Amino acid sequence: MHHHVLLLEDEPNIIEAIRFILSRDGWQVSCHSDGATAVDTVTRLEPDVVVLDVMLPNRNGFDILRDLRAQRATASLPVLMLTAKGQAKDRERAEDLGVSAFMTKPFANAEVIERLRSLVGA
Amino acid sequence: MSFDIVVGVSLAYVLVLFVVAFLAERRARRGRLGWLRSPLVYTLSLSIYCTAWTFYGAVGYAVRSGLEFLTIYLGPTLLMVGWWWLLRKLVRIGRNQRITSIADMISSRYGKSATLGGLVTAIAVLGTTPYIALQLQSVTLSFGVFADTPVGWDTPDQWLVTAWVAIGLTVFTVLFGTRNLDANERHHGVVTAIAVEAVVKLVALLAVGIFVVWGIAGGIGETMARIDASPISQVPIDGSRWFTLIFLSGAAFLCLPRMFQVLVVENDDERHLSTASWAFPLYLAAINLFVLPIAVVGLDLLPPGSNPDLFVLTVPLAMNQDMLAMLVFLGGFSAATSMVIVAAIALSTMVSNHVVIPIWMGVRRGLGGTSGDVRGLVLMSRRLSIAAVLALGFLYHQVSGGGAALAVIGLISFCGVVQVLPALVGGLFWRGATRIGALAGTLCGFAVWVYCLLLPSIGADVVMSAEMLAHGPGGIAWLTPQALFGVPGLDPVVHCMLWSMLINTMVFCIGSLASFPGPLERLQGAQFVNVFEDGANPRGWNEGAVESEDLLVMAQRILGAREAQNLFLAEARAQGKGGYLPDNTPDFLERLERELAGSVGAAAAHAMVEQIMTGSSVTVRDLMAVADETAQIMEYSSQLEGKSRELERTARQLRVANDKLTALSVQKDAFLSQISHELRTPMTSIRAFSEILMSGETLSAEEQTHYSGVIHDEAQRLTRLLDALLDLSVLEDGRAQLAEQDAVLRDLIDRAILSTTSLSSNTVFEIRRDEPSEKIVLRTDVDRLSQVFINLVANARKYCDAEKPRLDIRVSRAGGELTIDFVDNGSGIPAASQQVIFEKFARLSTASAVDGAGLGLAICREIMVRLGGSVAYLPGQGGAAFRVSMPVAEAVRAA
Repeated sequence: MHHHVLLLEDEPNIIEAIRFILSRDGWQVSCHSDGATAVDTVTRLEPDVVVLDVMLPNRNGFDILRDLRAQRATASLPVLMLTAKGQAKDRERAEDLGVSAFMTKPFANAEVIERLRSLVGA
Repeated sequence: MSFDIVVGVSLAYVLVLFVVAFLAERRARRGRLGWLRSPLVYTLSLSIYCTAWTFYGAVGYAVRSGLEFLTIYLGPTLLMVGWWWLLRKLVRIGRNQRITSIADMISSRYGKSATLGGLVTAIAVLGTTPYIALQLQSVTLSFGVFADTPVGWDTPDQWLVTAWVAIGLTVFTVLFGTRNLDANERHHGVVTAIAVEAVVKLVALLAVGIFVVWGIAGGIGETMARIDASPISQVPIDGSRWFTLIFLSGAAFLCLPRMFQVLVVENDDERHLSTASWAFPLYLAAINLFVLPIAVVGLDLLPPGSNPDLFVLTVPLAMNQDMLAMLVFLGGFSAATSMVIVAAIALSTMVSNHVVIPIWMGVRRGLGGTSGDVRGLVLMSRRLSIAAVLALGFLYHQVSGGGAALAVIGLISFCGVVQVLPALVGGLFWRGATRIGALAGTLCGFAVWVYCLLLPSIGADVVMSAEMLAHGPGGIAWLTPQALFGVPGLDPVVHCMLWSMLINTMVFCIGSLASFPGPLERLQGAQFVNVFEDGANPRGWNEGAVESEDLLVMAQRILGAREAQNLFLAEARAQGKGGYLPDNTPDFLERLERELAGSVGAAAAHAMVEQIMTGSSVTVRDLMAVADETAQIMEYSSQLEGKSRELERTARQLRVANDKLTALSVQKDAFLSQISHELRTPMTSIRAFSEILMSGETLSAEEQTHYSGVIHDEAQRLTRLLDALLDLSVLEDGRAQLAEQDAVLRDLIDRAILSTTSLSSNTVFEIRRDEPSEKIVLRTDVDRLSQVFINLVANARKYCDAEKPRLDIRVSRAGGELTIDFVDNGSGIPAASQQVIFEKFARLSTASAVDGAGLGLAICREIMVRLGGSVAYLPGQGGAAFRVSMPVAEAVRAA
């Protein structure tokens, strides 16, 4: 069975790269770029895991994460946060909000797959 | 002439004076001063300088010493003509300080010293008593000569006449001299009566003179011949005596208590002085005009041995001119009475204010401070003082037996009274004069006068033995009373004046230099010396921590209930307070003190206010010390206040600086975080795709090409970003070198459009411009300005979202400013964002849409600032609109 991953990211090249490596690894990949409707999309699509970028247009990743944790359906949904702002306080903030995993860009492709696998228990 | 007629005429004359005084007083009380305040009345009142000594004595003086009698009038004349500014200073101070007498003047000047006031009063009484006796004597003598003695009266019984005259004068003086408590509410009644008397005595003397010249001698020529032939013109002129007597009479004019009274205290208007300065010398000249003719004719006409002091009266009598003699009698009577009345008023004020009140204050303090009615006490003490002064004069007259010549008594008096001159004049012009100096100098001068002139004048073997007078006390030659320090052969008056003035002045100066003036003395000294300088009004009182009610209670006792209440009420109104109790401001205390000083003298008034102010018997020195200390503390605390304000200011500046630093630090963090994001994002793509390419997975050729292309593009993007960052950093640091050169605006816009064509190749992008308006030659950094234009055109090409995108480029020039507007027809920039677009990384759309680094507009702004212009967003143009403004040289147009 293919695990379903929802990619919340706005940088087209990064979307393409992640979609490519995850598809090759056998994941079902969905993608969404607008921060404002991100929570709805997650609720609607019910993915197994979410890859969340911090810098999304219209709404930042931290707010989206807080909303996800606040609603029952997604309260325990595994979320991997990716950020280009490699600052320690961003990691702390994400952990306080209940993030499942945290990685900074640029990342190693293998590591992303590794993390996602462990999050969905594959 | 019958005794009864003489008495009757005298009484009638006094009655007329009473009426005059009464009417004038009533007029003044109703506020209709009118002619009462005329300079003429003032000048005439000064004529009390001419007493019976002048009226009768001048002729006698001329018979004995020739022209020397003139010195007595030359002194005041010189003073009035040449030194009237000194008088003006006296008058001004007298009014400012509400001075009541010469004792008050000197006491006020030297820190309101009660001791000095008492000393001056004592000198004045001692110096004036013989003078009053002299007036009584002259009245009695003239009476004796003129009236037939009633049956049963022997010559010794003449003392009864003297007694009656003294009593009559006492009554008159009490009635008109003590009506008002405040000596500064002038005695209009008395002054007017004196002016009338001045006229009477002048008319009388002139009448006798005219009678003598034309009635007896037979004309001016004959009179002159008689004068030349008489022994009077043979008397040689003694230079030292003339000099001394002129000085002496001038000084006495200033220092005599009665002269001070009319000159300063009774002065209504400072300007009257300028009239008096010429009118009074004229009066003196007129009254002396016929002295020599009368003397010469008297010597010829009357039997040898006749008293020349009575020639004025005896010459008309000898010629059986009874009516003329009666006029002369009234003139002499006027001269004597006017002097006695004014002298008694002046002396009684001094005695009351400087002797009785201080003693009473001391006693009251000793009794524990329960205050009685001062008003009644002051009035009573004044009236008793008047009686006492006249009684003293009467006694002196009886004891001395009326033997001495009138002129001699007058000169002795003058010498005593002028001992206050150094303290008075020194205090007016020398701020360094002190109380100690004034006291010591005056005392020494006074002592020399008593020792050298007063005691010897009484006669040998009365107080001083003949032996002592001849050879000095105990045979010490240099202490011989009339030849001090071994300088014999001087005239007694010259001798006394020389030594007393010399010693007095020297001791005064040395004492002043050696002693230190108290704070109050310094204040008063400054006020006296600088009386003509405006605004100099140092305060005697610093604090007002007393109940106004206590002050009111005291003021009522002294000023009278109504006056005091009016004073307080007016002050309360002026302060804008309801009720009748004002705040005890220093101004008010000062004024109150002056009001009180008008009644009881400055020293007593000060002591009274002080007593209430402090609630205990604190000396003025203590009080001023406290004030000094307070001033120091206030100074110190104001310094502290200044320091603390300064600290506060520094703290505020530090806070501002800190806030700025904090803001800068936040900005720096945000910037770093932005940079990090902008750099990591392309690097992420590059790493991800290169890992894919490296992983050895099977990729189609198409995929391989595409992924390599992405890596290439992202590397380009990174390079552009780094370039932009470096560019911005150089611009912001001001390190960018501007390379100015001439260019035509149109070419720059052409270049911008051309170099951005690739960005919108897929759509039709219309650009509208008005090329003729772009023919402007610019001198600027062409590359930098092009960079701005390129950026703006590129933004329009990238972000204009209209279906048929269009960019208008409009150029306009107004004055020295060139503006180029770039307006597209897209949806524009939301109002909220218009402020931030020029900030770094303020990219509005997502980076995915275009490949900008978010630094373009920030760089544009920096460039325009460097070029001396600006770039701004133009709201309300439909689409996005930017305006570039820059200065441009006038009238430079490309051909």
